[in-house]
Amino acid sequence: MSKQNWARPVRRMTVGAVPDGALNMNVEGREPASPLQGFGPLWQRTFRIRLRGVPATPAEVMSVWKAEFPSFQPAGNRFHAPVAGVQAGEIIFLESAISIVPGRLPGVPIASGVRVVYVDDVCFTIMTPQGFPEAGFNTFSTFAEDGVTWAQVQTMARTSDPIIEFGYRFMGGFRFQRETWTHVLTALAARFGVLDEQVELNDRCVDPRLQWKETKNLWHNAMLRSMVQLPLHAVARGRGRAHGRRKK
Amino acid sequence: MPEVTIAMNVRPVNSAISVIDIEGEVTAVAENVMMEAYSEASANGARAIVLNFSGLEYMNSSGIGLLVTMLIRAQRQKQQLLAYGLDEHYQQIFELTRLNEAIAIYGSEAEALTAARNGRR
Repeated sequence: MSKQNWARPVRRMTVGAVPDGALNMNVEGREPASPLQGFGPLWQRTFRIRLRGVPATPAEVMSVWKAEFPSFQPAGNRFHAPVAGVQAGEIIFLESAISIVPGRLPGVPIASGVRVVYVDDVCFTIMTPQGFPEAGFNTFSTFAEDGVTWAQVQTMARTSDPIIEFGYRFMGGFRFQRETWTHVLTALAARFGVLDEQVELNDRCVDPRLQWKETKNLWHNAMLRSMVQLPLHAVARGRGRAHGRRKK
Repeated sequence: MPEVTIAMNVRPVNSAISVIDIEGEVTAVAENVMMEAYSEASANGARAIVLNFSGLEYMNSSGIGLLVTMLIRAQRQKQQLLAYGLDEHYQQIFELTRLNEAIAIYGSEAEALTAARNGRR
């Protein structure tokens, strides 16, 4: 363990190299948001899966998890690993859409990113930017218990603002989160040949209070902004392609 | 699970202030030790709890999560949480995670206790 595992503090997030295909939206210039800056109740949610029969050590499993991180996401979630890999200080870009009725209604789109703030051999932690649906940390870790390797995702976060809190409570946001991390862990287990293990969930409400002073986060809401930005981006990209064809 | 490599000693300064001396590594396995120390420090109705990090050897992101949990518990009890003894690196970690906005950091125990007595953050 080394002190170099941590990213350096930044007042606002900055974006370096953007991976091919990633949309650089709602990250640059945003303040990092800890669980103290969110609006909704503070939840610690733990998802974990036992990799029974897998000879790989926790460090070996984590190495694969970091290297292939985007591939474990469910359909509809696009994660873009940093060009330099999962390292402290790097940005992981993502695009997703949260649907109230998956498969029947189109989802509300979001394009944003998260900053890797801590990395070691068996763990990495990301921190969200202002405007991300949740304010806080997600820690991805592996560990051994009774000779068996486990993989775990633990979130410690509040919803960022009242709209997101409403969406999480009444429009499927919590279900979406649960399904996402269950899928990620199940896919990781399948990568190591484990197909019959269930993901264990443990939810703990650390603070049930709403932080009304953080209602101001609405201004940065990445979902609302993405609903405007993504169509504009698609139009601009279409024009760019048309312009390129004319030049040829 | 990894073995616990942390010890915490609670020192009541007076009926309103307690100091928790932290020795070792603050990681996920420190949860029980840390929360027991917090409960002991709060037992006599302390209004301020000072965390002494002089003996801190290492802290990872799970350790930061434990500090967030302790901070929330303190806030709900209307207690101040203060800290001293953090080296420059860990002061930066507090800045990175924005814990420094809720846990005031001081250079020495004397400064932290003065702030606690004055009810300053």
